[in-house]
Amino acid sequence: MKLTRRNLLILSSASAAATAMGSLPAFASLTDDAIAELTGGAELGEGAITLTAPEIAENGNTVPIEVSAPGAVAITLFADGNPVPNVATFNFGPLSASRSASTRIRLATTQNVVAIAKMEDGSFQKASANVKVTIGGCGG
Amino acid sequence: MISRRDFLQVGMAAAALLGTSGFGNWARLAAQQKLTQNQLLQFDTFGNVSLIHVTDIHAQLKPIYFREPSINIGVGGNKGAVPHVTGTDFRKLYGIEDGSPSHYALSSGDFSALAQGYGRVGGMDRVATVIKAIRADRPDAILLDGGDTWHGSYTCLKTQGQDMVNVMNALEPDAMTFHWEFTLGSDRVNELVENLPFAALGQNIFDVEWDEPTDLFPPYKMFERGGTKIAVIGQAFPYMPIANPGWMFPEYAFGIRDENMQAMVDEVRAAGAECVVVLSHNGFDVDKKMATVVTGIDVILSGHTHDALPEPVVSGETLIFPSGSNGKFVTRIDLDIRDGRVLGYKSKLIPIFSDVITPDEDMTTLIDAQRAPFEAELSEVIGQTDSLLYRRGNFNGTWDDLICDALLSERDAEIALSPGVRWGPSLIPGQDITREDIFNVTSMTYGKAYRTEMTGEFLKVVLEDVADNIFNPDPYYQQGGDMVRTGGLGYHIDVSQPQGSRISNMTLLRTGEAIDPARSYVVAGWASVNEDTEGPQIWDVVENHIAKMGTVSVNQDNNSVVVTGV
Repeated sequence: MKLTRRNLLILSSASAAATAMGSLPAFASLTDDAIAELTGGAELGEGAITLTAPEIAENGNTVPIEVSAPGAVAITLFADGNPVPNVATFNFGPLSASRSASTRIRLATTQNVVAIAKMEDGSFQKASANVKVTIGGCGG
Repeated sequence: MISRRDFLQVGMAAAALLGTSGFGNWARLAAQQKLTQNQLLQFDTFGNVSLIHVTDIHAQLKPIYFREPSINIGVGGNKGAVPHVTGTDFRKLYGIEDGSPSHYALSSGDFSALAQGYGRVGGMDRVATVIKAIRADRPDAILLDGGDTWHGSYTCLKTQGQDMVNVMNALEPDAMTFHWEFTLGSDRVNELVENLPFAALGQNIFDVEWDEPTDLFPPYKMFERGGTKIAVIGQAFPYMPIANPGWMFPEYAFGIRDENMQAMVDEVRAAGAECVVVLSHNGFDVDKKMATVVTGIDVILSGHTHDALPEPVVSGETLIFPSGSNGKFVTRIDLDIRDGRVLGYKSKLIPIFSDVITPDEDMTTLIDAQRAPFEAELSEVIGQTDSLLYRRGNFNGTWDDLICDALLSERDAEIALSPGVRWGPSLIPGQDITREDIFNVTSMTYGKAYRTEMTGEFLKVVLEDVADNIFNPDPYYQQGGDMVRTGGLGYHIDVSQPQGSRISNMTLLRTGEAIDPARSYVVAGWASVNEDTEGPQIWDVVENHIAKMGTVSVNQDNNSVVVTGV
């Protein structure tokens, strides 16, 4: 049996994981650009948005992510290490009972997941979480 | 602190055993005469509630030797903090005399000589005696098992955990949480858990499909004791599908989930809990961080990283008690719970000196009944050892050196990889190596020894990846094992660097040449998390190797890993 990188990474993620580890996410600037476009360069507040993500992905192909920002009209998710960082935008109408959403996203490698909420008053909130995509190995 | 004084009384009692060479039977007799069961169990009952914690037993039913690590590096905020203090420094920190029982039980140094004097530790029949004694003081003491119970021995593997379930049921625990149990496969785990006469807890055990809590593993259980309400919340090992083969339990998801932990703490407080206990398999540094993130936890009973400390560590407003491994310790914690909170505590980490504590007869009978069908296979002598064989240490241990040698020679490989697990008892020089001893350090449900090719570049990726699971400065990214052991491969590691920059100077020891990133190397290893792994079982590989060697000698100064940045 020839053990390829793909075999070893079978439980973690896309096989791209191995090469990008440890360096800055290659696509970070794409995310910055996309955020700037979304916010028009407005200042990003923190604290009124909660992003829940696993510290280490059990399966990089389907990582559960949850965002919540009371008072938001829209929340946009980015994965800054993916070739295409834009993941999704959730829009909330005035009758939305809660301004939260959960989904699963695919992460190519260890990277930051970033959530930007546009609030009712036109301001923006940001939260991010570093999600590690690992080969795995052996515990105690 | 009371617990330290109690413990040190034991230390003083046998301090006469200074000097570490020339121990014979007379020394053991001296140890037994100086150290008594009453001293080990002495405890002035306190408050209104008692907790008893056992964890990471790894299916060790009989007394064993177990050497604590001499290298256990802490990083980030835990640099130089317990449990990342070992040997002489550990003894100095806690005021433990060299050569004392506490030295032998809790720290490394002069292990082989002290083992001759103090004898084996653990044994579930001795643990039973201790638990019965505590219950004699406090009949409604809450007994909690931190998991890694149904894994780690020949009989446990052959009975798929049934031997341990039978023995633990006889001890009548009140709750349990989990890690290696899941490597029995989810069908077997479900079957065993469905029939448990106590609570199987895990606030972080979720259904993978809907990412929702499961019915089988409730998050917590409320206990009414001593006129108060105590909530015990379970925290299973967070990184099960990453550190162990997720394909064996594909229905389950884990993770730290501290936001759900907070919700559970709030829920039990609202339901009237005056004391919140977390029965945790996070590992010590993760527990320490969680105690600062989640508010309202009074006590964390800490498992997974196999640390044993003579007194609790306070993190935020939480007391953390790590209770060792392999049946070597039982922790007793008495709490004074009144007016909605914990007003005081008293605790003792009780070392299970097997020659000092009288075995509980019923339990001995029960244990022997579990072993009887396998006794011939268990007791077969495969070879002898001239050397101390142990596992614990961040980078290598002599048992793993021997396992790597077995892989290199039996599988005709250039490089061997052996997982950095922390379970597995020690053998002292002059001991026979039985088949049971080999299974104690190798048994698992995914033990096939693969033989494959890896490029130098990929070997570096593997080392960097595993190193980050241990030396990431944020405990939430640590998985709690040790560095993958390498045979035939030397390297330098700077633990202070980020992932990708820790490993350098990789060398093929056979030739002394630098590892070529582009070249393929023949690599043998075991415990792969991949479903399609092929090869002989690791215990057969090791047995064949030892049988050929007859008497095993392992260099005690493996210097193939050079460590900086500590």
